[in-house]
Amino acid sequence: MAQEPQIAAEAESQAAVVAAGKRRAALLRTVGLVVGLTVLLTVLNAATHGDFLRPGNMINVLRQIAVNAILATGQTFVIITAGIDLSVGSLIALTGVLMAGVMVGHPNVAVGFTLALLIGIGTGGLAGLVNGLPVVRFGLPPFITTLAMLEIARGLAFMYTKGQPIEIDNPVFNFIGGGFVLPGLGRLFNIPGVPMPVIVMLFVVLAGSYLLTQTRFGRYVYAIGGNEEAARLSGVNVFGVKLMVYVISGALAGLASLLLAARLNSGIPQSGQGYELQSIAAVVVGGTSLMGGRGSIGGTFVGALLIGVLYNIMNLLNVQSYAQEVVLGAVILIAVLLDQLRRQYLVK
Amino acid sequence: MTNTGAPQGADALTGAPFLEMRGISKAYPGVQALDDVSFDVRAGEVHALVGENGAGKSTFVKILAGAVRADVGELRIQGKPVTIVSPRQAEALGIVVIYQEFNLVPYLSVAENIMLGREPTRGLGVDWKALRARAAEVLARLGVELPLTTEVRRLSVAQQQMVEIAKALSTSARVIFMDEPSAALTENEVLKLFAVIRALRRDGVAIVYISHRLEEVFQIADRITVFRDGRLVKTDVAANFTPDDVIRLMVGRSLAAHFPVLPPDRPHERPLLSVRNLTMPDRIENVSLDVYPGEIVGLAGLVGSGRTSLLRGIFGADPYTSGTVELDGQPLPKRGPHESIADGLALVTEDRKNQGLVLGMSVRENVTLPHLELFSHLGRVDRGREARAVGKLADELHIRTPTLEQLVRNLSGGNQQKVVLAKWLLKSAKVICFDEPTRGIDVGAKAEIYELMVQLAQSGTGILMASSELPEVLGMSMRIGVMHNGRLVHVFNRGEATQEAIIRYATGTVAA
Repeated sequence: MAQEPQIAAEAESQAAVVAAGKRRAALLRTVGLVVGLTVLLTVLNAATHGDFLRPGNMINVLRQIAVNAILATGQTFVIITAGIDLSVGSLIALTGVLMAGVMVGHPNVAVGFTLALLIGIGTGGLAGLVNGLPVVRFGLPPFITTLAMLEIARGLAFMYTKGQPIEIDNPVFNFIGGGFVLPGLGRLFNIPGVPMPVIVMLFVVLAGSYLLTQTRFGRYVYAIGGNEEAARLSGVNVFGVKLMVYVISGALAGLASLLLAARLNSGIPQSGQGYELQSIAAVVVGGTSLMGGRGSIGGTFVGALLIGVLYNIMNLLNVQSYAQEVVLGAVILIAVLLDQLRRQYLVK
Repeated sequence: MTNTGAPQGADALTGAPFLEMRGISKAYPGVQALDDVSFDVRAGEVHALVGENGAGKSTFVKILAGAVRADVGELRIQGKPVTIVSPRQAEALGIVVIYQEFNLVPYLSVAENIMLGREPTRGLGVDWKALRARAAEVLARLGVELPLTTEVRRLSVAQQQMVEIAKALSTSARVIFMDEPSAALTENEVLKLFAVIRALRRDGVAIVYISHRLEEVFQIADRITVFRDGRLVKTDVAANFTPDDVIRLMVGRSLAAHFPVLPPDRPHERPLLSVRNLTMPDRIENVSLDVYPGEIVGLAGLVGSGRTSLLRGIFGADPYTSGTVELDGQPLPKRGPHESIADGLALVTEDRKNQGLVLGMSVRENVTLPHLELFSHLGRVDRGREARAVGKLADELHIRTPTLEQLVRNLSGGNQQKVVLAKWLLKSAKVICFDEPTRGIDVGAKAEIYELMVQLAQSGTGILMASSELPEVLGMSMRIGVMHNGRLVHVFNRGEATQEAIIRYATGTVAA
């Protein structure tokens, strides 16, 4: 097994270039981010007369992004396998009205809540299974199966409610949507505490990140997105793993729905419209590739945060809601474009 | 190793160069990829470019193709200084590169692909009649017959290559670089390719032929240029080289023995792998074969003869309709790769980029993919243990990578292949199926892989190796099965096979 050590010099050097590029990228990114954010926050804070950086406003932003961050966490799993889940917005409506329906008139508050929780997450997961099965079994594009589910779930939500909202009067449920914990911490910052939705969101993001980066399942998700055939020939259970990402996405839609319904105190068949696109936006702004194989939950969270902050600032600046849509679209385009240019620059 | 090419191209050897490079250098941080290279190509010559992976050939070609810019150096075309900044400009100057991965649109027809971007128009639309006529004209110039209206994806690799060459010709290419053009071709197809290359040469088109296969180089080349470590070591008329000279120049020393000594036959008790009447419709029929412990069985045959299908069927990558596979005396139920791996089977696929590796994952992550369970507890992966195990293997296999976190995309072909092998060495398999184990990799890495196969056999592993390279089959196999049209037509025992005999069975010129 003798060979001249310098034979692979070219390959190694290219590898070294990439490694050096990565270190440089990490540094550039960190420095750029810190400087950019500081400048931006200072300017924005001044523009909003100090409203923006108030702890109350900050915590408000976090509460507002909770639903999208949870959806986007599930969406990240799906997109890394090179799939997509268009059904999550409609699943919010369907699971929301089902949860509300279960709790209506249930005598026991705790049992009613538990049932609602199980039905919300269970229905979402089941819908995910229905999304995933035709994909893994018959090779249908996930765009199609989840588009079908988008229509079906929305329709079922309207059928179940006959188009009317169902009011929720369950204190436990409502606490999840509107309650606060850690009031001691809150007093430090002159806020009532940490909102429950923020707690739920942080738990989901951390758990999702752990699952994706630390476990076999997560490794397989990346492998399938990077090269499905190579993964299959390496013995990866492609069928099970791909099915599972749709189940995760559906189940998280059920959980996100719980937060939304609890905030609105009702199950509303019109709710969640367009949320699937918001979640996809958070994922791609967060640097996950729609081609699969690359991305992170951390990035997705930053993406959701960025979008949330943007809305918040526009609200504080009294930007019209129609104009807000225009700005958001432009920001998505620019964010992904910058990411792309940065990659190209670093490769050269 | 005849040199039939030289006489026809001889006048080209004295002509003024069409393309000339002087003092070209290119550095990447940490290494000099090209160091003061001066090179020329004359109209109507076949100029072979040889060198191990990493010798600088790719960087060299990329500079000419306009994909990379040289740091210093001068480039002249027909005496005029030029700079090439884009692939489009290279094409305008008459330089075309045909890469190993073709640039064809699979769902367009042969004619459309040949004329892509240069469609003749009539009014606002494409003049389809003229388009087909021109495509036919180009193919006729090459002496090649192809169905003009067939979608390219339905063609064989060899035919697709002809479409690439025709496409190059339709752009009025003056120099065509061919990167490993014979890698996926059968011997017959290579002969056809050579006929086309000779036709191009007669037309005054220069061919730069980049290949690891020295026999071919000596058959077709007028001149040979050897690269090593970013330097041009020697350029001369092919007749002034012997194959041994070239190898010595490439590696800086002589590789006398290409193949290691195979272990002696063992007394066979029962086969490790026993295949009976395996049938996959339209692919293989009634194949029965045994592999004994410590044995290397070679599988020869033309492309499409069913060698790959047989390996995939045994491994469970593709389903078979009838027949049985027994491993170590245990019949294996029909199943997928997951179960096969658990039972102790491994498949090193022929196409490492599409089937063997996840290019966007690191060396570490690729190696452990088939056996991640060895490094995880309750689903959590222990990266430290993973890295230690992979690091040990990487050292043993001499995988050249700066770190284990390097993406395999950035490794050279030989090192990528070693990563694929490492995947299946992490946990000892009972039987390893190798499909084209050394395709497209350099001499040094080949020797290492052969050595490794012998070590595996010595430790009792059964090896089934399919290969298109006859010397490899002859040099590395203890027994040799020959496939033809989906059937295993003959099995040679140790020492019985000759190149000619294998070809006779593989081409169906002897009855089975």
